[in-house]
Amino acid sequence: MNTENRYQRQLQLTGFGKEAQDKLANAKILMIGAGGLGCPALQYLAGAGIGTLGIVDFDTVTITNLHRQTLFATADIGKPKVEVAAKRLKALNPEISIITYPTQLTNQNALDIIKDYDLVIDGSDNFSTRYLVNDACVLLNKPLIYGAVMRFEGQVGVFNLESNNLKTNYRDLFPTPPDAVSAPSCNEVGVLGVLPGIIGTWQASEAIKIITGIGTPLVNKILTLNLLNNTVYEFQLAKNNQLQKEMPKDKNDFLSFNYDWFCNKNLQNIITVEAFDKLRKAEKCSIIDVRETDETPIISEFETQQLPLSCFRESITEINFNTTVVLLCQSGQRSLKALELLKKQQPSLKVFSLEGGITEWKKQIKSEHYEQSQT
Amino acid sequence: MKITCLFFGQLAEVTGRSSQKLTGTTDTDELKKRVQQQYPALEKLTFSIAVNKKMIQQNTTLQPEDEVALLPPFSGG
Repeated sequence: MNTENRYQRQLQLTGFGKEAQDKLANAKILMIGAGGLGCPALQYLAGAGIGTLGIVDFDTVTITNLHRQTLFATADIGKPKVEVAAKRLKALNPEISIITYPTQLTNQNALDIIKDYDLVIDGSDNFSTRYLVNDACVLLNKPLIYGAVMRFEGQVGVFNLESNNLKTNYRDLFPTPPDAVSAPSCNEVGVLGVLPGIIGTWQASEAIKIITGIGTPLVNKILTLNLLNNTVYEFQLAKNNQLQKEMPKDKNDFLSFNYDWFCNKNLQNIITVEAFDKLRKAEKCSIIDVRETDETPIISEFETQQLPLSCFRESITEINFNTTVVLLCQSGQRSLKALELLKKQQPSLKVFSLEGGITEWKKQIKSEHYEQSQT
Repeated sequence: MKITCLFFGQLAEVTGRSSQKLTGTTDTDELKKRVQQQYPALEKLTFSIAVNKKMIQQNTTLQPEDEVALLPPFSGG
């Protein structure tokens, strides 16, 4: 196949040419999230001939994705996003390599995944991943192209790239994450399908500019776009020295930083032992134990249903839950993961995760008995 | 002294407008207090502040005709 023909329309651009095309062919770009932003960004980057595209996404295609996630078709519902995306992109441009990571990006795997890439594009859909990706890019000194959308408004910017002795990142723009209630997700408040199309494409354009060295990228800037009234603003970022204290300083710090806690994720869905006992006595709720079947202690004090996390996603489709569901595990971590899965599949349910898990419950019950026997 | 205050994202939703003229505010702390008094729902929201399209980190003195933007973070992708 004639490569020159494939890229002819960009090769003929003034200031582009073969040298720029070679830079694209040698570039390795990592896309975090194959969703509303990831789909259009990946499509144009593959088309432009980026040599290696990495895609991180643990999710599967759902019908609500299709109005904006342009790499997926109705027949793809239920399939892993990275798998479908890789196939589509490979069909679009067989000359490039695509590496898929069908996993959730965490502070445990982020540095290993990101270190092999020249540039990272953030198309994630939650604050804890956004802060995590930002911090990993700062530690590894990788340029990060930020994009975010909500309803009719989008933001795009370039972080962690030095210009005029200034190098800013996401924490300079937003030092403190909002709580989940004050900054709802697209799942809750919606987004116009074309908006991530525009912002994701804009991110791809910034990536191409940075790799090839053409034009002026949005370094140390944040651009906002409002689709309803067509207003565009560009804001200049400044270094926030206060935030240095809060950021992980090195790899070990990063590995032990709790991003979910930092971002108050699902805080409103976490239920204390005391509140849980009140709730289960007051109304009929489904109490689900998401531990694996061989784990102890066994719960005999109240009725539970066992749905181990390892097959939770599959098993919840077949079960009729009560309107209120409480998920519990050993310490309250896995039940949070189950909570996300269940909320996504059955958004009408009221779902809670037991804080501290069954360990905390048993501990408090024991101390209550102790207090009672003392009085 | 007239200052224009721009509301982005959820802030525009809460205030029901995308901009507002304010008089008699001399610095950004005061401006923040004024808009939060007028729209108490703003108190719960997280946002960063820009003066004349430059993000600021601390209280900043305002000049007549300055444009102050209140910018919330978005999580959607």
